Amino acid sequence: MALALLPAVFAASFAMAQAGADRAGADKRRSGYQDMGVALQKMQDDDTANPGMLFVQLGQQLWAKPAGANNKACADCHSLADMKGVAARYPAMSKDGDKPIDLEGRIRLCRTVNQQAEPLATESRELLSLAAFVANQSRGLPITPPADPRLAPFREQGAAIYERRQGQLNLSCAICHDDNAGKKLAGVTIPEAHPTGYPLYRLEWQALGSLKRRLRNCLIGIRAEAYPYDAVEYVALEIYLMDRARGMVFESPGVRP
Amino acid sequence: MRAGLLTAVLVVSIAGTAWSQGASPSYTVVGDAIPKPLADKPGDAARGRAIVANRSVGLCLLCHSGPIPEERFQGTLAPSFAGAGGRWSVAQLRLRIVDGSRLNPDTIMPPYYRTTGLQRVAKPFEGKTILTAEQIEDVVAYLATLKE
Repeated sequence: MALALLPAVFAASFAMAQAGADRAGADKRRSGYQDMGVALQKMQDDDTANPGMLFVQLGQQLWAKPAGANNKACADCHSLADMKGVAARYPAMSKDGDKPIDLEGRIRLCRTVNQQAEPLATESRELLSLAAFVANQSRGLPITPPADPRLAPFREQGAAIYERRQGQLNLSCAICHDDNAGKKLAGVTIPEAHPTGYPLYRLEWQALGSLKRRLRNCLIGIRAEAYPYDAVEYVALEIYLMDRARGMVFESPGVRP
Repeated sequence: MRAGLLTAVLVVSIAGTAWSQGASPSYTVVGDAIPKPLADKPGDAARGRAIVANRSVGLCLLCHSGPIPEERFQGTLAPSFAGAGGRWSVAQLRLRIVDGSRLNPDTIMPPYYRTTGLQRVAKPFEGKTILTAEQIEDVVAYLATLKE
């Protein structure tokens, strides 16, 4: 009885699960969660304190709300159980297209094609809330990118962008997030670039934001030309980053400084 | 007044065009140093300190730390400025700021006075150096004062 309970107790808290993994020495990768202070970790862990949960709740309402010419809600086609694990495996190839899409892209496509509703703007409150609600169904699951060979060239493209120096400051993602992860950039710990908690609430933003927004922040920081919002480059980077984070615990909605 | 303003705008835009089309501003490297100042005016250490401390102008404290106690959040990616003026000569400091990649191609130090060989630079910064010649002389003058 006590033995049977033990795994459940460990799984109950992400922090404890991570501590368990650390003790086992099995995985040296660190989520940004582990690099932030205890106060922020508690904020993320407590659903009544995590600001991202407000978006999850709004997303839950939108999920059930009919929209568009077909007057259908997300819930009319998708069962919530089917959403479990979806965010932990995206981006994926779009059903009809030849390009991969991320979770926000999938929701936007569903919105215009299936619901025949007004498109949801990138980084809009509605889109982020729906994404947060869907992502929340995967909280606690391991990140599991699909074994789709069509994703491979995009993953390679993402890796190449990650390694490439850009911008007036002539820096690459890898220089900071691989070679210097754990060190302080202007007093802030540089994370290992594992997208474990998106969409997530950043205190710096005072808002929920997507991984794409985070990538744009970095590009602007190194004074590189940010890709347009619909650029495949972001999705390629997301595919690469999710692949590096394979097996790590999916946390959305994360909280970060 | 109006004509004067127009002339100023024209000069700025012509200079900008020439810069973005041409090579990086010129200087002569001797050994691991740039012996000749980049600007006519000698560097001002007090102005240099202000540039170093300003995280949107010099950007230095994002990666480095230094004896600037009023700036609490400093970086640990690169060496402290403490003692920089004892470790390096003015001419050596100048090259390390202008283009450290000439000494170490893998350096993470951004090239503060180079406009070529950069990829996908954001439009507002295209063809511009991170600091001007005068600003680099100011920073060099400040770092040279940090003997220990």
